[in-house]
Amino acid sequence: MRIGTGLLLGLLTGLLWGTIAVALTGISLTLITGLPATPIISAGALGGAVNAAIIMLRAPADRTPGLYLVAFAGVIVSMMLVSFGAPFSLAFSESSLIQAFGVGLIALAVTFANRAVLIDIQSGMLKRYAIDLVIVRTLKGFGFVFFSVIVILPFYVMVMTSLKNQQDLFLNPLDLSIDLTQGAASLFDSYVELFTKFNFGRFLLISTIVSVCTVLITLAFSIPGAYAVARLKFPGQTVLSSSILLIYLVPMIVLVIPLYAVFSQLGLRNTVVGLLIVYPATTVPVALYMLQGYFRGLPAELEEAGLMDGLSRFGVIWKITLPLALPALASVSLYVFMIAWNEFLFAFMFLDDPDIFTLSRGVVSLNSSEVPRQHLMAGAVIATVPILVIFLWFERFLVQGLTAGSVKG
Amino acid sequence: MLAPTFLIVMGIVLFPLLANFWISAKPVTLSDLRPPTPVVSERVRGDFDIAGQEFEIQYRLRNSSRDGDITDVVLTDTLPAGITVIDPGDVCTVTGAEVRCALDGLPAGERTRLKMTAVSDESFAANPVSPRDSEPTVTGTSDNILTNSEFTLDNFARIFDSHEFWSVLWVTITYTVFGTLGALVLGLFAAQMLNKPFAGRSIIRGLFLFPYVAPVIAVAFTWVILLDPFNGTFNAILQRMNLADEGVNFFGQRDIPIDVFGLTIDFPLALATVIAFEAWRYFPLSFLFILARMQSISSDMYEAAEVDGATPLQQFWHISLPQLLGILSTLFLLRFIWTFNKFDDIFLLTGGAAGTRTLTVDVYEQGFALSNLGAGAAVAVAIFILLLVFAVFYFKFVHREDS
Repeated sequence: MRIGTGLLLGLLTGLLWGTIAVALTGISLTLITGLPATPIISAGALGGAVNAAIIMLRAPADRTPGLYLVAFAGVIVSMMLVSFGAPFSLAFSESSLIQAFGVGLIALAVTFANRAVLIDIQSGMLKRYAIDLVIVRTLKGFGFVFFSVIVILPFYVMVMTSLKNQQDLFLNPLDLSIDLTQGAASLFDSYVELFTKFNFGRFLLISTIVSVCTVLITLAFSIPGAYAVARLKFPGQTVLSSSILLIYLVPMIVLVIPLYAVFSQLGLRNTVVGLLIVYPATTVPVALYMLQGYFRGLPAELEEAGLMDGLSRFGVIWKITLPLALPALASVSLYVFMIAWNEFLFAFMFLDDPDIFTLSRGVVSLNSSEVPRQHLMAGAVIATVPILVIFLWFERFLVQGLTAGSVKG
Repeated sequence: MLAPTFLIVMGIVLFPLLANFWISAKPVTLSDLRPPTPVVSERVRGDFDIAGQEFEIQYRLRNSSRDGDITDVVLTDTLPAGITVIDPGDVCTVTGAEVRCALDGLPAGERTRLKMTAVSDESFAANPVSPRDSEPTVTGTSDNILTNSEFTLDNFARIFDSHEFWSVLWVTITYTVFGTLGALVLGLFAAQMLNKPFAGRSIIRGLFLFPYVAPVIAVAFTWVILLDPFNGTFNAILQRMNLADEGVNFFGQRDIPIDVFGLTIDFPLALATVIAFEAWRYFPLSFLFILARMQSISSDMYEAAEVDGATPLQQFWHISLPQLLGILSTLFLLRFIWTFNKFDDIFLLTGGAAGTRTLTVDVYEQGFALSNLGAGAAVAVAIFILLLVFAVFYFKFVHREDS
């Protein structure tokens, strides 16, 4: 083994991976099993560095599986030595199986991470290219861990909190483990209560109705409009189609006061109809913009042939353009559905009557000190699950919609 | 075919925009939205079911408002067949079965009674129905604060005079700039990671979009509970790792002192936390855009750079970044405007407390929390004017690139 920047970088990345692995595993153990584990960071850091050093003992070409096995063992040994046999600040006799699993997991993760970063890196002096390579790989690996944690942690906490009860939560906020022996009835207690006492079944229905109607109305308005912008020639066409995009820039909160005043006087404020006027108005411009882009891409010859064969303009749209534009219609519909489902501001300002609450409005009404927080989280889960299921099911369309429209933020 | 779209957009977007200017120059509060209306209740005194017996029909009128007058009050009612009015009183006239009473006005808070004397005949007494069964209707004209010609500049004076406005403006700018930059940097980082294909890439891409797709109420409340100072999971983690001695009130504490080289800086904690939320929630969007652009960069350039010995970081700096500059600046501008317009997130996280009140939250605060609609509209006008400035930028720089 030669000593150089390679070894130095290897030790540093090893240190980093060891730290991350031990911290994450320690916290995850606590969150999943409820053990009061405090990971000893220094032990993990040293384990990671030892692991990297063992891997770098040999030149990249000579690294055998045996070497990695030794490196794996090196993590375990050094962690146990540094932490005096208690890597999670717990006596090893306590839940030894889980702790052993945790240590094994750390060692495995560190070995894999170090192998991925250092696979073709030797221990001697490195060229700039190799140094950059190590840095980029480390950053990428760190990025994966970082993004996964920031995305998964809130959603995990949301689901798990909704399944717990108030006392457990106050006793130990870190313990998000759930006791599966208690039976489904007590596990889903919050959900049962929301659907029986808080009328969430109705909110779900109203939200569905409002969202579906918004999609239908939006399509009814935007299809002819987009077609006109894309196909027909009329004066002021470009000005019209680009000015409608200006709506993108108008904040909803600015519209709230006048609409509140006018809708109050017209008696539309506390009604579903009021929402069904406002929602499409905010989604039509987006839908129109997305659709006209797609319509432009369709071959005009097909439509001209249809016109020649005696179809009317609307016949052409209905029989030729729309079937061809189905993918675009799907992404527009999903996108508009998502906006309407997630909409909060107008639902909050307009609806006072619990009989016509949408889910967003219903969840807000749970945000009071009298309602236990697991109910609030259960409400959040109920509002999130349908939209996430739809998203995962139609991801391709929705991603298209997001990139093409991506407007309401 | 465009006309219906334009009508609805005009009605719901452009009309309110202009209406804001109108309302902002009006001394109007939330309670003014319920205009003074006349209220009527009908009473019958005496035995109307005995033929030939005189009885009295009373209409009790009331003005619902304590400070607005009503003029031209007209009451109409229908009497059951078989009742004859003997004395209709001063203001009422009876034609057939129809009763019509007209008053000049009903001053604020005033009550009045209209009395009529009537008798019923045999056929009615045989089969009596109460005259009260037919609901009287009453109409009146009242002065509506929204449509009268009373104007004031008080709202603007009130908004701009207060020191609060300037601090709100400052918070808005900080929030917008850092929230936008945060979302862009995170998005660029995430896109860089997912640029090269690998097993499970589409799953990770889907996962990364979760914060954006989930409803704002769900994720905002989750953050509030996650960061709760007393029993939030995040604070518990910090304490377990010995990073904090006691719970940090992320959404409730205006600033915490931080020592940097002996200097004590007040770090705006709550504002930083809402900015972190903003970056977290909207990085998926910039990530999608940047990823799409990255995928379209030809791989030839990277291969050529590789042959010339450019390191990965150099390739990123000299090839990827210049190629992404267009989409990055477009995204920055659009996200800047949308972040500026953002209301839901801060409202749900902090309600504008602890130094996180932005202009949009201020509209709600003035208009609904303090129930001064005029002042709220004045803030909305300020927002609108700032937006016009942004829109000029947008059309000058971004729209040209789009087309």
